[in-house]
Amino acid sequence: MAKSPETEHPQRAFGWAARDPSGVLSPFNFSRRENGDEDVTIKIHFCGICHSDLHSIKNEWGIARYPIVPGHEIVGIVTKSGTNVSKFKEGDRVGVGVMVGSCRSCDYCNQQLENYCPKMTFTYGSIDRDGTPTYGGYSDIIVVDQHFVVRFPDSMPFDAGAPLLCAGVTVYSPMKYYGMADEPAGKHLGVVGLGGLGHVAVKIGKAFGLKVTVISHSPGKEGEAVGRLGADGFLVSSDPLQIKAASGSMDYIIDTVSAVHALTPLLALLKTNGKLITLGLPDKPLELPIAPLVLGRKLVGGSDIGGMKETQEMLDFCAKHNITADVEVIPMDQVNVAMARLAKSDVRYRFVIDVANYLSK
Amino acid sequence: MVANQPEKEHPMPAFGLAARDPSGVLSPFNFSRRATGEKDVKFKVMYCGICHSDLHMIKNEWGTSTYPLVPGHEIVGEVTEVGRQVEKFKVGDRVGVGCMVGSCRSCDNCSNGVENYCPKMILTYAGTYHDGTITYGGYSDVMVCDEHFVVRVPDALPLDAAAPLLCAGITLYSPLRYYGLDKPGIHVGVVGLGGLGHVGVKFAKAMGAKVTVISTSPAKKQEAIERHGADSFLVSRDQEQMQAAMGTLDGIIDTVSAVHPIMPLIGLLKTHGKLVLVGAPEKPLELPVFPLLMGRKIVGGSCIGGMKETQEMLDFAAKHNITADIEVISADYVNTAMQRLEKGDVKYRFVIDVANTLQQA
Repeated sequence: MAKSPETEHPQRAFGWAARDPSGVLSPFNFSRRENGDEDVTIKIHFCGICHSDLHSIKNEWGIARYPIVPGHEIVGIVTKSGTNVSKFKEGDRVGVGVMVGSCRSCDYCNQQLENYCPKMTFTYGSIDRDGTPTYGGYSDIIVVDQHFVVRFPDSMPFDAGAPLLCAGVTVYSPMKYYGMADEPAGKHLGVVGLGGLGHVAVKIGKAFGLKVTVISHSPGKEGEAVGRLGADGFLVSSDPLQIKAASGSMDYIIDTVSAVHALTPLLALLKTNGKLITLGLPDKPLELPIAPLVLGRKLVGGSDIGGMKETQEMLDFCAKHNITADVEVIPMDQVNVAMARLAKSDVRYRFVIDVANYLSK
Repeated sequence: MVANQPEKEHPMPAFGLAARDPSGVLSPFNFSRRATGEKDVKFKVMYCGICHSDLHMIKNEWGTSTYPLVPGHEIVGEVTEVGRQVEKFKVGDRVGVGCMVGSCRSCDNCSNGVENYCPKMILTYAGTYHDGTITYGGYSDVMVCDEHFVVRVPDALPLDAAAPLLCAGITLYSPLRYYGLDKPGIHVGVVGLGGLGHVGVKFAKAMGAKVTVISTSPAKKQEAIERHGADSFLVSRDQEQMQAAMGTLDGIIDTVSAVHPIMPLIGLLKTHGKLVLVGAPEKPLELPVFPLLMGRKIVGGSCIGGMKETQEMLDFAAKHNITADIEVISADYVNTAMQRLEKGDVKYRFVIDVANTLQQA
């Protein structure tokens, strides 16, 4: 007979879970494994709300296994570290992102690209090596293999730094891989969508030394984009005149939009050899016009979070350049309200759940 | 409006085959070429390859054709006159001209040796030259061309079988280099075994790749392997074969210009794999985004190549004994050849024996 979430592991845990595709989250008693030799146990302080959490709890990708405890932008303090753990000790400030396991032996794992391991285990919604489901950071504690834990820089505030664990590495990784940090002087990056991913991409792009233009369907975001986030320019994507005027001006575009949307105007913005990197996960295929790719030697590429080494590198880079997310901190019991607002993009630019304070009440 | 008077617009009489209307029927055509300018090379056309683009253009399938239209952009011959400032060529040299006869020579692309991506690039036929006249291609007795857009055909290459390299050859060579698919030991797929595809197999093999041909026609398997040297063959409509080959290719060059599904091709790619399209279907294709992200894969395009690279390609072909597989035809067979080409009935490029068979009545 299957064990219940409460009894399948020895350590008691508490969080908020979605039980069905309505996506409504509610209190949930479950359990965590004993802290193994390679593990650290983390008391969770904050957890960012990623748009993927919303997609998951509503089963928008069709792969949900309920109950789901979301959350993969987790920061907290180490309370226990296993006998083989040398990187961390009790009291350390640490973070956990989108992965908690991989095969550790394939070519990708050996190149620190655990995110591309075919057996990669997600922080929530996967089946762990012991056959039990993984539960994420909308909870009080988590037990994670040290390899999948990163050190949180001392200078970085917990709440505003948490979203970097997904949003940060999700833009940092492709920006490095597709060459945006190589000889950035004079190069021009377009960022499509000014949400959780987009606003961090603007900050990282500026820190790389790129000229950055935000491309958005909401004219109202221009003030923030240019005034507060430091973007050099702003384009309204639905305005054909603005698109035409900027035609052939960008070396790269980071496209963070997850709704189905037109690629033709974005490809037109690219110079010859330009690269459109798409990071959103629409629920249907996009239409890809081929002539612009052929006639301009342009490409469309994907990317999926980043490896563990790169996640640490990204955090250290952000700490050095004072980059954090712009956050709205909420108590755990407001999480359903936050999800409803997130569905309407009504947040500047990431909700972060103050887990520790809520649970202490 | 004064009618175009092809016979009189330039001082030197020329003769060729032109389509007069979108029926695409080619017939004898008297016109004229400019006098050999200071930087021009004049050459007697010996052979001209028939590219599938010629068929699209004579029938105005892309909507850009102007009539009368003299096709031909796989042109080889012998130099008969050079202008005073010409340094690279002399009378008697074996030369070739491909898809371009001019560009702006000052933009970034021109300065970087990729004249093919210059926004003002001038096509060898149906283009508008610097002097405002229409360009006429190589189904004709003589060509006058700026030396910058002329290449030397190495002595080791027979003129007739080298002609198709000027379009088909460079169209495959350039993306194999640019997208890094030229490293020994990598596994490359070639979609479509026609004029482009068969040359692509030869180049990829010469660069040290393992090559798989992907085709809708099982009948092409034997030739692909025994004649062109492919290592294996996949029938794209055979689900089992395609499934078994998933995640095995580092790159794919897709030469198919009809609308076709690219999702199965993206599935054939390993993580970090690259799908490169060199045909341009007239409608957008469906791009499944998940596989692109999950495997950090790209879909890119490519269009012929620059002049420096075209010469490099010919020199590489000479070194590795690469020529096209051709059927040499007489000029009066050209309409029949076009009909056969439309049905894919050629192994694998028609080449018109211009010098011996193109005669005024």
